[in-house]
Amino acid sequence: MIPVECYFALSALLFFIGVYGFTTRRNLIAMLISVELVLNAVDINFAAINRLLYPNGMEGMFMTLFVIGVAAAESAVAIAIIINVYRKLKSDSVEAIQNMKR
Amino acid sequence: MFGYTIFIMLLPLLSFIVLGLAGMKMQHKVAGLIGTCSLGMVTILSYITAFQYFFGLDRVNGVYQTFVPYNFTWLPLGNLHFDLGILLDPISVMMLIVISTVSLMVHIYSFGYMHGEKGFQRYYAFLSLFTMSMLGLVLATNIFQMYMFWELVGVSSYLLIGFYYPLKPAIAASKKAFIVTRFADMFFLVGILTFGYFVDSFSFSFAGDIVMGQGTTPFIEGNLAKAVAAGGFIIPTALVLMFIGGAGKSAMFPLHIWLPDAMEGPTPVSALIHAATMVVAGVFQIARMFPLWIEYAPQAMSIVVWVGVITAFYAAAVACAQSDIKRVLAFSTISQIAFMMVALGVSLPGHHGAILDNHAQLGYMAGMFHLFTHAMFKACLFLGAGCIIHAVHSNEMALMGGLRKYMPITHITFLISCLAIAGIPFFSGFSSKDEIITACMEYSPVVGWIMTGIAAMTAFYMFRLYYGIFWGTENKEAHAHHTPHEAPLTMTIPLIVLTVITVGVGVYTTIAGFAEWGGSFGSFVSAAGTDYTIHFNMQIAATSTVIAILSICLATYIYKGEQQPIADRLYATFPKLHRAAYKRFYQDEIWQYVTHRIIFRLVSTPIAWFDRHVVDGTFNFLAWGANEAGESIRSWQSGDVRQYAVWFITGSVALTLILLCI
Repeated sequence: MIPVECYFALSALLFFIGVYGFTTRRNLIAMLISVELVLNAVDINFAAINRLLYPNGMEGMFMTLFVIGVAAAESAVAIAIIINVYRKLKSDSVEAIQNMKR
Repeated sequence: MFGYTIFIMLLPLLSFIVLGLAGMKMQHKVAGLIGTCSLGMVTILSYITAFQYFFGLDRVNGVYQTFVPYNFTWLPLGNLHFDLGILLDPISVMMLIVISTVSLMVHIYSFGYMHGEKGFQRYYAFLSLFTMSMLGLVLATNIFQMYMFWELVGVSSYLLIGFYYPLKPAIAASKKAFIVTRFADMFFLVGILTFGYFVDSFSFSFAGDIVMGQGTTPFIEGNLAKAVAAGGFIIPTALVLMFIGGAGKSAMFPLHIWLPDAMEGPTPVSALIHAATMVVAGVFQIARMFPLWIEYAPQAMSIVVWVGVITAFYAAAVACAQSDIKRVLAFSTISQIAFMMVALGVSLPGHHGAILDNHAQLGYMAGMFHLFTHAMFKACLFLGAGCIIHAVHSNEMALMGGLRKYMPITHITFLISCLAIAGIPFFSGFSSKDEIITACMEYSPVVGWIMTGIAAMTAFYMFRLYYGIFWGTENKEAHAHHTPHEAPLTMTIPLIVLTVITVGVGVYTTIAGFAEWGGSFGSFVSAAGTDYTIHFNMQIAATSTVIAILSICLATYIYKGEQQPIADRLYATFPKLHRAAYKRFYQDEIWQYVTHRIIFRLVSTPIAWFDRHVVDGTFNFLAWGANEAGESIRSWQSGDVRQYAVWFITGSVALTLILLCI
């Protein structure tokens, strides 16, 4: 059996890779992928902690499935936005859409 | 049984709403017809009400009962509650007749007078609004409702004076009227609140339950006894404060300054509002509160008397020197309203305390009677003046003269109304004015003789006006340019109707007064609600008639001829007096000085400084602070998503650390 620390280590690794990617990449698609990494890190945490603390319960698992569903919807919306931004600005760089502040 | 009386108020309101909202899309004729028809129905309903009230009901103990067909609580406030309703008693029914008759005549008359005027529909809408408010005022069941409608008549008066709003004087006059009456109404409101606070009621219920002359104790809703016990000065103070409000509305000296200027409005409006109905609201108010005055503030009545006497004399003196015909009529109105005030003021209880004896009843009855007759003949005079202005296109007497050939109907009706106001027997003014003078004589011979003198002045200035318009030197130059013509039928019919009322009432009451018949005015309206038989005091009647005829002769002698040597000589002898009277004894200038130099400079300027610098400064500082704060954090919103993410992550890590440490 794999020790639970390994799950946490993987999750932390994924989380920080995601955060790093989100803050450093300029490409919108890459940023979106980074967000997905963060979400997956959270999913792993849910599943692992559920197994660790409440082996008979399934709530953590359900939450994981739920997050996957929401993430799918979110990425669909995000990609739609990115495509529109690209069509309008001919760029997929995050710096191109700074005029959103107005 | 008086359920239909609600329509008396609803119909004009309805026509105001219809004309106000849709009037601009209507033709002039349609709008005028809507207003006139609804007023016609109101008049019919008022007459039915009066007939049913005065003839269809049995008196209880010889007293007309008070009816309250409608009364509902509009706004409950602890012990106090503001009610809206309809109250029928002899004076309110009498006022219904006066208001609806004069208003209907004015509606018909305005067809001719306002013909083709821009804003014709607006004019009719405002007339409806005014009529509704005035009816609401007289039908009020409590002081607060009265005050509400009191302000509404003020507003309609303001709107109608300023009807010709492109003209500067009209705007100034409407503002002046509104501000002066509002200033007075402030005292009225304070009086009402004082009364309400101490008595715990706004109701007029004492009016019907008090049976004077019968020796029963008056009953009043609320804690009047407590208020009286708390200090005898509270009720008199409240009543005097209310009287100041009434004095403002009724143009008593020194709050009269708005009324002459109000003549800038259309002439039918002057006839309706500034001669017959709204300006007598103050008189009506005192009549309404009369049981309280008599019971709790008989000494304070002398204030009413002397304010009335001074006003009557002042206005009569000024009227003798004015050259604008509407101003003469305005001052005559002020003087006549003062007569009514004096009449109410002299109705002191006799030696039996609160119980009204015959003489006290006389003053009250005379005041109300004069209100009735004056409304009719003064409306007729104003409408006649309107016809003249319509023909000559000017208010100045200098441009008139010799108009009797051109305008026979106006001439005759004007003459009859002048005879009525002068107090010649068989015209309505005689009966009422004679009763007032009799009441004054019984109160104090000094007041009685002063009032007789003022009545003589009235006859004099009215006939000066009459001769100035219809006789005297004809201004051929002006008339050649534009020949005066008789007014159209819509304008002459109201004149004839009002004259017929004046003569009819005059003949009947004069004969009834001499013959001591019942069924005259006093049988319907009297302080106690009992049947009061008018009988003239022959000595006083003869004196005042002789004096009136003498003053008419004097006016005839001075002003009838083509040349007026005596008038010119008088003018040359007393130029200063004439100038002072012409300038209304500088009352406007005094007010101007007091308000501008003293109040504005010493009170308003520091307040304005405080407002501009301290109050505005505080809020400007707050606004500046918010603006600066916004400017300084504005750069945080860069639009760079990654920067936001860094801040977000840093923040959440910091928050986590803080939470962990705690």
